Amino acid sequence: MKDLRLEIFKKASLCRNFELELFNKVQEKIIKFPVYLSAGQEFIASTIAVKMNEIGVRPDIFIQHRGHSTYLAFGGDIFQLIDEMLGRKSGCSFGMGGSASIQSKEKNIYGHDGLMGNQVPIGVGACFASKLPTIVFVGDSAAEEDYSLSAIGWASTKKLPILFIVEDNNLSILTEKKVRRNWEMHDVANGMKVKSFNIPDDPMLIHKHLENSFDEPLLLNINTIRKFWHAGAGTDGENFDRYEDEMKFFGDEGKQIDEYNKNLVLEAWVKQLGKQ
Amino acid sequence: MGKTVRETIKEIVRVHLVEEKSMCFGQCLTAVGWVGGTLPELYEEDGMIEVATSDVANGGFVVGAGLKGIRPIYVVRYQGFQWYNAPIIVNYACKSKEIWDVPCPIFIRSIAMEGAIGPVAGSSHHSLFQRMPGSKIISPMTPNEYKYAYNEFMKDNDVYYISEHRKSYDNSEELHNVINKNSDFTLFPISITRFDAEKARLILEKEGYKINIIHQLWIKPFLFKDEWKEALNRSKYGGMVLDDDYEEGVASSIAHTMMIAANKKVHTMGLDHRTAGFHPDTDNLPPTPEAIVEKVKLIINEKL
Repeated sequence: MKDLRLEIFKKASLCRNFELELFNKVQEKIIKFPVYLSAGQEFIASTIAVKMNEIGVRPDIFIQHRGHSTYLAFGGDIFQLIDEMLGRKSGCSFGMGGSASIQSKEKNIYGHDGLMGNQVPIGVGACFASKLPTIVFVGDSAAEEDYSLSAIGWASTKKLPILFIVEDNNLSILTEKKVRRNWEMHDVANGMKVKSFNIPDDPMLIHKHLENSFDEPLLLNINTIRKFWHAGAGTDGENFDRYEDEMKFFGDEGKQIDEYNKNLVLEAWVKQLGKQ
Repeated sequence: MGKTVRETIKEIVRVHLVEEKSMCFGQCLTAVGWVGGTLPELYEEDGMIEVATSDVANGGFVVGAGLKGIRPIYVVRYQGFQWYNAPIIVNYACKSKEIWDVPCPIFIRSIAMEGAIGPVAGSSHHSLFQRMPGSKIISPMTPNEYKYAYNEFMKDNDVYYISEHRKSYDNSEELHNVINKNSDFTLFPISITRFDAEKARLILEKEGYKINIIHQLWIKPFLFKDEWKEALNRSKYGGMVLDDDYEEGVASSIAHTMMIAANKKVHTMGLDHRTAGFHPDTDNLPPTPEAIVEKVKLIINEKL
């Protein structure tokens, strides 16, 4: 069990260090457009990616706008991601996607176009056409879109092999969930006969809930804490930090992994910035 | 007599599902009239996919299917419903190739009709797609034109918006351009106005006017052929684009392109800029032959 937790932490560490360095690059004004940082939420994609490796599934992935961690956790190329942030043709979306519309053809990650939540019906349609295991990532706010909700209903009707992951950071920009609605996604999905759970972003708990993932539609509403602002380089304040907590759990080994990934990310940035 | 447009579409859909192993999505396809008799009696196991009454999401399902490369057909029973079906198609499918180099070919059968169907469902709405990048728009009104539209789609990897009209479904005849050496006026009709433009031309000819008619199949990309430009330049009083959509959309855009390229004024005639009611007295219909004749005569008499 500790090995599994460590494997997840390694992925999360790469994601966290990428976002921290990107935060720096925004503050240094090397990046001059809005970025959507996923720091604080990295254990979700990291755990799912580890689980997919474990069961030997290469799913189609429909990413959300706050998706750097999803991209990296599932093995997206870090150099192409950096180039995308720099607006280069060699970027993962050919310099067109910026932070919000990244993709990886090699890893079956489909880009998001900025229409919040439309990855839910698109993912459902792709899954219906292919009948292949499919994962849709959506934020708690985008999940409220009418077309997201009706798409979950149709996936249920058609009993698709699809996994809906609601990355619930409780915020739409800065508007809290309680201001926007009095219902929860897992309740709605359950009402649509989709097996659904409301859980924290504890990696072991997420992993446990991924058993039999693609036998039928499954929705996990995963409560998480966004570290940075909706867009750009600012923080949401001092909150519980799962990453720091996990690093502490692993002691010196955790610190070494963190240091390794910090250097890996730094070297990748130096290498890409050094290119014309 | 050859096949009608209805029979032609039905056969194309059958081939697309049975031989190409694709899918056809839409609401209420397998009920009542099989969408005006244009669908073969096939079901989900054959690829005829009934979607829920969730227009916006349905557009997304079709985009997802398009991304998987199956070239889906999407039937939208009333073009007015495109305002709900279009968002994910025009924002994702139409842009996917340009942003991610991932084509998302979809054949959208967007069906127009009018007459007592009120403020939302009626008429053509191809202008909605025209202003966004990444789509192609064709409005076939004859059997051969429909086959051409489908064949073009199958050779291509873009989103095709097929602006159909129910009143063309019984048609089995091809429509031909009439270009005189010297003419008084040139009509450029789109969609269902092509049939009434033909009637208007005959009325005007009986009254002694020489009228060209140049049928518009491709709406986007719009290519103003040299032959058409010359015909317009030789028309004493210019020309007019006729449409089944609001005048401020495709008709005005095409007329503008023509005027930039030629030396003549090109007028427009389409739906009035007002909301249609259900009662016949309050409806908003495409130009009738009589209305076309009247407007052409006003232009010729230099009152417009």
